[in-house]
Amino acid sequence: MKIVVCMKQVPDTTQVKIDPQTNTLVREGVQSIINPFDVYAIEEGVRLRERFGGTVTVVTMGPPQAENALREAITVGADEAVLVSDRAFAGSDTLATGYILAMAIKKIGDVDIIICGKQASDGDTAQVGPGIATQLDLPQVTYVNKIEDIKDGHAVMHRMTEEGYEIVQTSMPCLITVVKEINEPRLPSLKGKMKAKSAPIKAMKAIDMDVDESRLGLTGSPTWVSKIFTPPSRPKGEIFEGEADACADKLVSTLKDHLKG
Amino acid sequence: MLDYLLTDDQKMIRDLCRQITDEKIRPVSAKYDETQEFPWDVVKVMAESDICGLYIDQQYGGMGGGIMELVIATEEFSKGCGGIALAFAATALGTLPIMLFGNEDQKKKYLPDIASGKKIAAFGITEPAAGSDASAMQTTAVLKGDHYVLNGMKHFITNGGDAETYVVIAMTDKTKGARGASAFILEKGMKGFEFGKKEDKLGIRASSTRELIFTDCKVPKENLLAKEGMGFIVTMKTFDKSRPGIGAQAVGIAQGSLDAAIEYSRQRHQFGKSISSFQGIQFMLADMATQIESARALVYGVARMIDSGAKDYSKYSAMCKLCASEMAMKVTTDAVQIFGGYGYIKEYPVEKYMRDAKITQIYEGTSQIQKNVIGLALIKEALKK
Amino acid sequence: MGIEIIKDKCTGCTICTKVCPFCALTMADKKAVIDFDKCTLCGACVDSCKFHAIELKRENSRTPNLEQYKGVWVFGEQKKGKIQSVVFELLGKGRELADKRGVELSCVVLGHNIQGCAEELIHLGADNVYIVDASELENFIDEAYTKVLVNVIRKYRPEIFLCGATVLGRSLVSRVAVKLHTGLTADCTALDIDPKEGFLMQTRPAFGGNIMATILSKNHRPQMATVRHKVFKAAVVNKSRTGKVIKETVDRTLLTSRTKILDIVEEVTATVNIAEADIIVSGGRGMKGPENFAILEELAQVLGGAVGSSRAAVDSGWMPYSHQVGQTGKTVCPKVYIACGISGQIQHLVGMQSSETIIAINKDPDAPIFTVADFGIVGDLFEVVPLLTKKFKAALNR
Repeated sequence: MKIVVCMKQVPDTTQVKIDPQTNTLVREGVQSIINPFDVYAIEEGVRLRERFGGTVTVVTMGPPQAENALREAITVGADEAVLVSDRAFAGSDTLATGYILAMAIKKIGDVDIIICGKQASDGDTAQVGPGIATQLDLPQVTYVNKIEDIKDGHAVMHRMTEEGYEIVQTSMPCLITVVKEINEPRLPSLKGKMKAKSAPIKAMKAIDMDVDESRLGLTGSPTWVSKIFTPPSRPKGEIFEGEADACADKLVSTLKDHLKG
Repeated sequence: MLDYLLTDDQKMIRDLCRQITDEKIRPVSAKYDETQEFPWDVVKVMAESDICGLYIDQQYGGMGGGIMELVIATEEFSKGCGGIALAFAATALGTLPIMLFGNEDQKKKYLPDIASGKKIAAFGITEPAAGSDASAMQTTAVLKGDHYVLNGMKHFITNGGDAETYVVIAMTDKTKGARGASAFILEKGMKGFEFGKKEDKLGIRASSTRELIFTDCKVPKENLLAKEGMGFIVTMKTFDKSRPGIGAQAVGIAQGSLDAAIEYSRQRHQFGKSISSFQGIQFMLADMATQIESARALVYGVARMIDSGAKDYSKYSAMCKLCASEMAMKVTTDAVQIFGGYGYIKEYPVEKYMRDAKITQIYEGTSQIQKNVIGLALIKEALKK
Repeated sequence: MGIEIIKDKCTGCTICTKVCPFCALTMADKKAVIDFDKCTLCGACVDSCKFHAIELKRENSRTPNLEQYKGVWVFGEQKKGKIQSVVFELLGKGRELADKRGVELSCVVLGHNIQGCAEELIHLGADNVYIVDASELENFIDEAYTKVLVNVIRKYRPEIFLCGATVLGRSLVSRVAVKLHTGLTADCTALDIDPKEGFLMQTRPAFGGNIMATILSKNHRPQMATVRHKVFKAAVVNKSRTGKVIKETVDRTLLTSRTKILDIVEEVTATVNIAEADIIVSGGRGMKGPENFAILEELAQVLGGAVGSSRAAVDSGWMPYSHQVGQTGKTVCPKVYIACGISGQIQHLVGMQSSETIIAINKDPDAPIFTVADFGIVGDLFEVVPLLTKKFKAALNR
């Protein structure tokens, strides 16, 4: 089985701070990590290979330094890595990103399953996975928390919903997006780490893919960011300390009208 | 930490073991300390990360490292839990005799499963009446046709009951004293090979310690390790190589307690300031750090000497075990002192480091036995001059 | 025009003639022919053609005939024939946007045996309700829903299309937007009309809620956005309102799908869906064990809320993942969020800091949760929570 995992290198949003003077994001010193949801996608890719055989190719679109994230994926079991990187891709929104990744996957060819994390922690859009599926005209199953079986050209999996889950059957090839519940990611292996040190990373630029240039980067992105601002900070709260009974009384009397409405 | 000029691969091993410790060992160390269950989930992680075979030759499925690699991993694991670290380190103790003295068939049969982490191993010499004086051993092995028949018991066996592969020392000829002992490879499940009670211990409680009981246990002749009468040589050569591992365990436990003490001293406020601002505390921390670093330097030095192919290193091996284990007991006791009353209760991690440290002064030869080894070596050297 | 039939590839299968919402395609000499007077370059035929025999060249990346797109549309998500509450909020905001633009508000519902919901939607502010009823649409299935919705949007050309940022919504409109080659902004927390140019101003959090971004889709229509549940006020019911109900029939080819639902499992533990709850009582590591969540359930029951959990409690196996609030769990914004024994790691905060009122109960006065709390009690939750349950019960007469 040929498995492709799409991943993204993101700034660790839990470390991002706002400069109170300039009201801008301070990204200095913020580590780059593999998008937390993609870690589950990589693990599921490796587990599928262990169950059904085949290869796991990790693909990322990003600046040259995203190569580090790909190498990290190799330490936990990915076989091959593709870095989709080109200045022409800069400014891509989810539509353009989905298109570019779809074209890259087309170039990789003969893919049986594409696995994405349910969303990226920097943008939180959850749009690129379905976008790739649509561009490649593949069926998709989002929010997957279990892959039951894959056989005879079909896969059966569980998709998480607000109320529980659905058991969904899809024809292969397909694209899935996965949630945290699907697995517990393994730690790197020593052999993986050694392999990652020297593993070749395949670079793909716009000219290597069969792309329509008008659909790349800013030109290919319908959405424009017109303004960025910091959200108003919450006013300082009222903290009750001391005897528990008195505290509880204060809180109940403050909130009771609020709760009735 | 002093720059020990580790190779890139050794740094990689250290980082990976540190990650395993932080993510998989620390969160469960208190739990296993309380329940005394065997940490199979952590062993599985070590296996998946290729750590179990770190020191085993590549041709048997290992990573081809040496004692230095074993030391690096043991130290890192011990920073999180000296007991869980033993699942790895005591397996090495049971594996080294096969690596050192096993024939090709024995190596092929036993090493790959240990390297892959499928099985863990143990080493059995101590008996109720034969601790430091191993020559008082009662367990016997009698050759009958194509197999030996073992009778007797071993106790205080680390990984006992949980390990699949055992190296056991038994007397094949009592009349010859120490020269009458032989080493055998046993497998869990062999008829007549049973386990006694699990000990309820002061420390390293995540590690299992049991009796091995042999009742007319038939062991195939081909499971004899080396030759008859070489049991003590096997033991001594094994200990010479494994003692730096105990040293590393001690260094790791001590470092873990120092890290916790530094952290705590910065948070704890008394007399209006953090206790780390008091010179009395700073001096203690300084002493602890210095003692740890000296012990580490000795342990690493001996490990490297062994890996370089040196022949005679038993004196140094004993020195590094002695030095590190004595240091660990002192440093962990000081760590409890810095925590004060909080150090004495189980809600905080330092009392466990102190309990875990104690065993390093006792097993694989007590501190006093190490001094015997060192002392005898010194006299021998003097005689040669 | 930038559209062309490649005669060599066309097999005369006639699918495109059925799919075209504008009847601009006919067959002549066993090949498809485009009537350029009728064609709007919507691209439906391009997607439908299995033989890649139709080519559409998009010039300057702009939706053709952009000015013809009019009206605000809302996706009427339903489950088992019941309109989901996020739709009420979309209608409330949609009405406001439609009035600012001086256009009609429409709601489109896909499903089976759903005629009954039209009236409710009109009472909630819709001028038109488009209904696509087919047995294949009974449950949400990505492909069929996408094809049908794309078809209806191409036919009616709304300028704005809003959808709930639910599991269904996010999966569906991500596909639809790509098919329509238009912009989509996820998880909007504010929507407004640019007073000068009339664009939809879509504001959403990014970087874990650290910054807000306002996004425009200037040259593409419809301007699509998903909206988080509980962000906007629900529309007020007005039973005297009237509106049109339009039943859409779609070609059967649009209803096919390569995926199918084998079973739908509702989990008991998720009976109260935390994303829907107005009040959430959440527990973290400080709960010390799964058995202690009972005291949170009691409080939640008195308040009419649901029980949530931090990642720490889920990872310890005390609560199911479906209850997890935070970066790798759910993002919630209830009216009241009560955090019990949750220290307030940033990963948790990003999942709940947009709640209307946040209450923290923690024994550590320095816990970061207090920095986002509107009210807090420093104390032992095992003492405080049962007291709150008792006192709220009395105060609220429950």
